[in-house]
Amino acid sequence: MHKNLLLGVEAIGQGAIDGGISGVYAYPGTPSTEITEYIQANEITKEKGIRSKWSANEKTAYEAALGMSYAGKRTMVCMKHVGLNVAADAFMNSAITGINGGMVVTVADDPSMHSSQNEQDSRFYAKFAMIPVLEPTNQQEAYEMTREGFQLSEDLGVPVMVRITTRLAHSRAGIKRKEVIAENDLILPSNPSQFVLLPAIARKQYKGLLDKQYLFEQASEDSKYNSFTKGTDKSLGIIACGITHNYLAENYKDDECPYSILKLSQYPIPGKLLAKFEDCCEEVLVLEDGYPIVEEAVKGIFKKDMKVSGRLTGALPRDGELNADLVALSLGKEVEKTVSIPEIVTNRPPALCQGCGHMDMYDALNEAVNVYSKGRVFSDIGCYTLGALPPYKSIYSCVDMGASITMAKGASDAGLIPAIAVIGDSTFTHSGITGLLDAINDKANVVIVISDNEAVSMTGGQESSAVGKIESICEGVGVDPAHIRVETPMRKNHDKMVQIFNEEIAYDGVSVIIFRRDCIQVLAKRKKIKPVSLK
Amino acid sequence: MKVDIILAGVGGQGILSIASIIGDAVLSENLFLKQAETHGMSQRGGAVVSHLRISDSEIASDLIPTGSADLIISVEPMESLRYLPFLSSNGYLVTNTTPFENIVNYPDINDIIAEVKKQPHFVAIDADKIAADLGNKRVSNVVILGAATPFIKITPEKIEAGIKRIFGRKGDKIVELNLKAFKAGLEFALKNS
Repeated sequence: MHKNLLLGVEAIGQGAIDGGISGVYAYPGTPSTEITEYIQANEITKEKGIRSKWSANEKTAYEAALGMSYAGKRTMVCMKHVGLNVAADAFMNSAITGINGGMVVTVADDPSMHSSQNEQDSRFYAKFAMIPVLEPTNQQEAYEMTREGFQLSEDLGVPVMVRITTRLAHSRAGIKRKEVIAENDLILPSNPSQFVLLPAIARKQYKGLLDKQYLFEQASEDSKYNSFTKGTDKSLGIIACGITHNYLAENYKDDECPYSILKLSQYPIPGKLLAKFEDCCEEVLVLEDGYPIVEEAVKGIFKKDMKVSGRLTGALPRDGELNADLVALSLGKEVEKTVSIPEIVTNRPPALCQGCGHMDMYDALNEAVNVYSKGRVFSDIGCYTLGALPPYKSIYSCVDMGASITMAKGASDAGLIPAIAVIGDSTFTHSGITGLLDAINDKANVVIVISDNEAVSMTGGQESSAVGKIESICEGVGVDPAHIRVETPMRKNHDKMVQIFNEEIAYDGVSVIIFRRDCIQVLAKRKKIKPVSLK
Repeated sequence: MKVDIILAGVGGQGILSIASIIGDAVLSENLFLKQAETHGMSQRGGAVVSHLRISDSEIASDLIPTGSADLIISVEPMESLRYLPFLSSNGYLVTNTTPFENIVNYPDINDIIAEVKKQPHFVAIDADKIAADLGNKRVSNVVILGAATPFIKITPEKIEAGIKRIFGRKGDKIVELNLKAFKAGLEFALKNS
């Protein structure tokens, strides 16, 4: 009987604990957040003292994890797909340094952009860095791959990526656990220059990475997660990557699939297994959630000239996550006839919570900037991004973590004055501080609003690295203390807030306005009361 | 045996509590379960949905294919209609009739209820009123669960045991209240389906 009903992300958290980690490093980001939360709340974490506090951003998290690996311990770093962009410098170079203690890089992609600004596929990053990827089909594999990932990393000498998507991340199923593997001892790398990427050493290390590629491919050939099932009908063969294997299976619940199937859950693509598959089909359909990375790759590997279809050919949609229906259609199967959604049903987008301080901030901001032409407010990633929607329609950008300050600065440099940035407290410490430094050094004319709710709220109210530090950071970076303004965003303070905006817009220099009030959700959790519903 | 359930509502309305009660009952029955949830941005007052699949054999897809759900359980009337493409032709729609109006263009509730009543198999229940009559509006989600129970293929006793386990740590009073809410919903459904 299945006893542990776990989300895919929780299964990964459990896998890491059972795989013998000494520390997990992460910055919250949907759909990856609950991996770290699960580890933080786990009894074993407390007993063993597994390090699990949130990092300031994905880059600091990645580097700290690499440091733990250097010291010989097993470690995991987790992030959402766009978080890997932030950590990319460390990520790419860690493939060249290699690891000492086993290191798993867990990246949760978000095809269909449920909670993200793009749907980039992290398998591309892994290919770019030339490291192996484990892509679980289901929650049990997510658990086992993570648990075994540390050993694989130690065997191959590089970080190993576990790549999941939102669907698996946030779906629950029963998990069978295995025993907990003991932590590694503290032991330094046998080669003292392994982590010193001076050009002369880096060239050698890079050759080493290239030389090891065949080992990575051999690991994929031998992997129990990759399998070839020979079919009876040679007219088609199907490559099913990760979770898409479930969608294929859903379409053959009652009868055997007549086609040969290559289940692909560990990369690089195993050439020998692929050749076996190639011999058993005349045409190939590739199912993959994300970019058409396998579809493109196999065309160059197959020996015979074979038609390959998938997302690139239109057999499947080019964007968005797959499902059993889309897979059915790509196989020429019929899907159930269904009724359509009645026309009366309207969209219900997410909204700021009743009583949220961001609302008061936007009310004051709108009043202050309404006297100017539109298009002057640059924003960032967080709950306050909802200020782009009615009734506020206040902001004109949301690009990446920290971009509000730097884009406002650039626009101001171009002559757009006033230019205003709206950023959250946690986003500010994640990636806003260096942008503020640029603004100071360039004496830019910008107004920066830090809408501070003392939590990482969009992802569920995690502890913010910024708590208690924002004013001193701004001063330290060089903001004139007379232009660091602090106010509580509340209805009764509206006029005062508008006045602060007016005064700081009039100032030709860098102003920081900190509107600080607790996140209403975090407050409710703390007080164990439910927030009032919107009516 | 298989039951595919779409759970619908608005972020914060408690559909995941319904899912965990059913999940607990399913585990005690030695059945397989997969449950896909909505996390992240939409939890802030947006439309949320959970796909809950129960089977006596291994479940493949985390998502229910269109046209094959046995049941839509919705704690909000307009949200119940959003997922009709998933409902099988002989599936049941069980929905709360009290709207959650957090958008300016919320349609006329009478038109919504009229759409619900066009469905061949439905239970429309004013769970908020029943819950308020029991003394706490917050248990309306458990009223809805009660109203859906005749179609879940798990005995009411097993689901009651789930309620006891899930709410147990919150004290006897809360457990009692939820059991009452559950029974009220169940009785309504048995009379009105």
